[in-house]
Amino acid sequence: MNVNIREKDIIQPPAPARGIVRGGETLKQHRDRLMQATQRTKHYAGLERLELRDNEPIQYNKLFSRLRAGVVDARETAKKIAASPIVEQEGELCFTLYNAAGDCILTSTGIIIHVGTMGAAIKYMIENDWESNPGVHDKDIFCNNDCLIGNVHPCDIHTIVPIFWGGELIGWVGGVTHVIDTGSVGPGSMSTGQVQRFGDGYQITCRKVGANDALFRDWLHESQRMVRTPRYWILDERTRIAGCHMIRKLVEEVISEEGIESYWKFAYEAVEHGRVGLQNRIRAMTIPGKYRQVGFVDVPYAHEDVRLPSDFAKLDTIMHAPSEITIRGDGTWRLDFEGASRWGWHTYNAHQVSFTSGIWVMMTQTLIPSEMINDGAAYGTEFRLPKGTWMNPDDRRVAFSYSWHFLVSAWTALWRGLSRSYFGRGYLEEVNAGNANTSNWLQGGGFNQYDEIHAVNSFECAADGTGASAVRDGLSHAAAIWNPEGDMGDMEIWELAEPLVYLGRQIKASSGGAGKYRGGCGFESLRMVWNAKDWTMFFMGNGHMSSDWGLMGGYPAASGYRFAAHQTGLKEAIAEGKPIPLGGDTDPENPVWDDLIKDSVIKRDKQAITTEEMFSDYDLYLNYMRGGPGFGDPLDREPQSVADDVNGGYLLERFAPQVYGVILGKAADGALCVDAGATDTRRNAIRKERIAKSVPTREWMKGEREKILAKVGAGDHVKQMFAASFKLGPRFLADFKKFWELPNGWELLEEEIGVPHYGSIYHMDVSELPDVKTVQFVEE
Amino acid sequence: MAYTRAKIADLVDGKIDQETLHQMLSTPKDPERFATYIEILQERVSWDDRIILPLGPKLYIVQLKTSKEWVVRCECGHNFCNWKENWKLFARIHVRDTQPKLEEIYPRLMAQTSTWQVLREYYCSECATLHDVEAPTPWYPVIRDFEPDVDTFYKDWVGLKVPERTDA
Repeated sequence: MNVNIREKDIIQPPAPARGIVRGGETLKQHRDRLMQATQRTKHYAGLERLELRDNEPIQYNKLFSRLRAGVVDARETAKKIAASPIVEQEGELCFTLYNAAGDCILTSTGIIIHVGTMGAAIKYMIENDWESNPGVHDKDIFCNNDCLIGNVHPCDIHTIVPIFWGGELIGWVGGVTHVIDTGSVGPGSMSTGQVQRFGDGYQITCRKVGANDALFRDWLHESQRMVRTPRYWILDERTRIAGCHMIRKLVEEVISEEGIESYWKFAYEAVEHGRVGLQNRIRAMTIPGKYRQVGFVDVPYAHEDVRLPSDFAKLDTIMHAPSEITIRGDGTWRLDFEGASRWGWHTYNAHQVSFTSGIWVMMTQTLIPSEMINDGAAYGTEFRLPKGTWMNPDDRRVAFSYSWHFLVSAWTALWRGLSRSYFGRGYLEEVNAGNANTSNWLQGGGFNQYDEIHAVNSFECAADGTGASAVRDGLSHAAAIWNPEGDMGDMEIWELAEPLVYLGRQIKASSGGAGKYRGGCGFESLRMVWNAKDWTMFFMGNGHMSSDWGLMGGYPAASGYRFAAHQTGLKEAIAEGKPIPLGGDTDPENPVWDDLIKDSVIKRDKQAITTEEMFSDYDLYLNYMRGGPGFGDPLDREPQSVADDVNGGYLLERFAPQVYGVILGKAADGALCVDAGATDTRRNAIRKERIAKSVPTREWMKGEREKILAKVGAGDHVKQMFAASFKLGPRFLADFKKFWELPNGWELLEEEIGVPHYGSIYHMDVSELPDVKTVQFVEE
Repeated sequence: MAYTRAKIADLVDGKIDQETLHQMLSTPKDPERFATYIEILQERVSWDDRIILPLGPKLYIVQLKTSKEWVVRCECGHNFCNWKENWKLFARIHVRDTQPKLEEIYPRLMAQTSTWQVLREYYCSECATLHDVEAPTPWYPVIRDFEPDVDTFYKDWVGLKVPERTDA
């Protein structure tokens, strides 16, 4: 036996590694170079001139139009593959094209919050050297839904595919769908029972799940048994892959025709174009200065119907999101959330990326209503999110499954700031008092009408009321902030997807905030459980607080409540042809259903968040979608509009004289009509009442100050909110003390309130895990 | 795209036609809007002190004709304070901090819970116009919601001369 090794087989020292990015850089080298140039020049990638756009404007615009049309087409085509009504009916998906550095070039319509979240996943792969292990190759498929690196919540599943040209990486395409279940503690995509990541559902960290355009078998087997609804899971994944591959093919065709050089330039210039575009829009639409506002939402976890695994989570708390917008003379701006409260033991925390990226969803509805939505806007915005707050947690245990609960409640305040600008400039058409707290979320699961393990997550609340503008009422039962194409979905489709029969669907009267222009009303659906087995459901939304405020004299939208009924006796009532609850819970102060189901167990209260509750056939569940806030003094509303509201079911009659000062009479046709003289008298009386019952603000402040000094007049949940904000926001504390003229020694600590505050002292960020490099996108 | 003065007046009155409204929303903004808007508002108020910036449907920053001081003024003519101060601190306030008070505005169960959130209504002390509703927790400071940089706005953004003011 010859044991000699042949000279030519001896391994030679490796040649200097050539990176996979076009031109030979590694992904990390490429991104570092771009970021350094951005920081140095304040222009994205150092692009102080847009060579392609300036020299070849027609080609530039052609590239944009073709690629943008292509990603929209991919979304529209691919969504037909999905079986989940969330994707197929509601359009809860989005496709985005990225350059090699993971910055978004352009995106489709749909849930465009993911412009940033999928980019964050690509950047995580870049910073953590996925290039060498597990490797990034042509025709690979990656999957991500990890909230600790930027995803919104685990049910948003990303499929990410690199795009190669001539053997070199030139970009990425990402597709995302909101899946119906991720195997969290409770069924449904945004469940409430868990208080930590470890119960928040299946989480995948930028995992390579396929090669050569095929999914790995181990991934298919594992992933399908991690969720309750594998059929939806599989078809959603096929939807995402199909869309990504359509877009990859489109990019290849475009490069074949326009040349790689032009495409490459476009891929970076488009981002700088987006940055400059935002700055121009800010100058064109706003007023420089400072804007302050705040958002809140209740977390009523002390209630018996919130069943939690951990005692330390069992308390009432409040999300606090004060914000200051600074718009500078050069059209740049800064959004500072100093004073925000700490992350909590619930599922409403948010990663800095979802918080910032999601803001673009709302900005596309006002400040940048263009097709040019990309990472340029993010590079044109300075965000400050203090570390440890709910929008930038410092602990790797946090849960995120319903981040939106806090996100929409924090962003609604930003509408008010921007709207003061629009109002001042006369762009009244852009004014929007805010957005609804997009709930209730009807969720639950068990065995469905097809005898399969199932989870439901009704997306009817994709059609809440919108805020009023300065020229007209908000839209009713029309939209949700997180999806500009919101739709309540067809009842027949929901009945196919859920073992719940509709007994009613109607406008939710008085749910929109009052005002000269009222907020849009939400709607309500009464569902009867039918043909379900081992079934549970829960409620999810605001209850004790309205997360939006009104604007310039308008009132906040109404807050939430729950209605459920068990042991209803409806089976017998239906068999005997007796009347049963139908339609809506029109006036919850004077309920009419209860007499029809006298012996049932009714839960009708302000506890609008619950965990899994058992339901049987013939039980009832009310799904109440919230309204939007109002604009302007209600006494300035056209009296006829008030009459129309009552006749149309948008306003309960007693609030016409009470809130609007409008006296109604009966017309010959039976409809209500305005009594003009009595209305004038009533409105004058209300003005006198206002003066009589009010006091000068500074006088009221004296009494309030005394309460604060004595630490009375606020419950523990309010005190806990302040204490958490004071700890994380020293400037917020200083401003608070200055406003109330509190002595130097005044303080409020969580320790003195007597409620558990796990996580306030001891916490551990994901960046502290070995070999993990997190990407920081905001000032902390 | 410029709009006629009549269209801007319709907008201010909430009577704008749907077609123009859609155009206003979907096309680039008309930079001359501010000047036309201010002119229309100025004609409608009963006093002749100059409107510097509208803050709400019946609330303005105004230059006093005689002293050139800038103040925050209600449409009825009541002056709250100097424009650099928070006008809410000079208003009258009514706090809805019990369920009965909140249920004057909302149906029971659809009102906020007063131990979590209160409504603070800020009125003009002369005409009782409701200029703002805050909805914070108890203890919350009164918010100074807007501090406009009027000089930069006039001079650099809309190309207008900054009106004189005594405290400039």
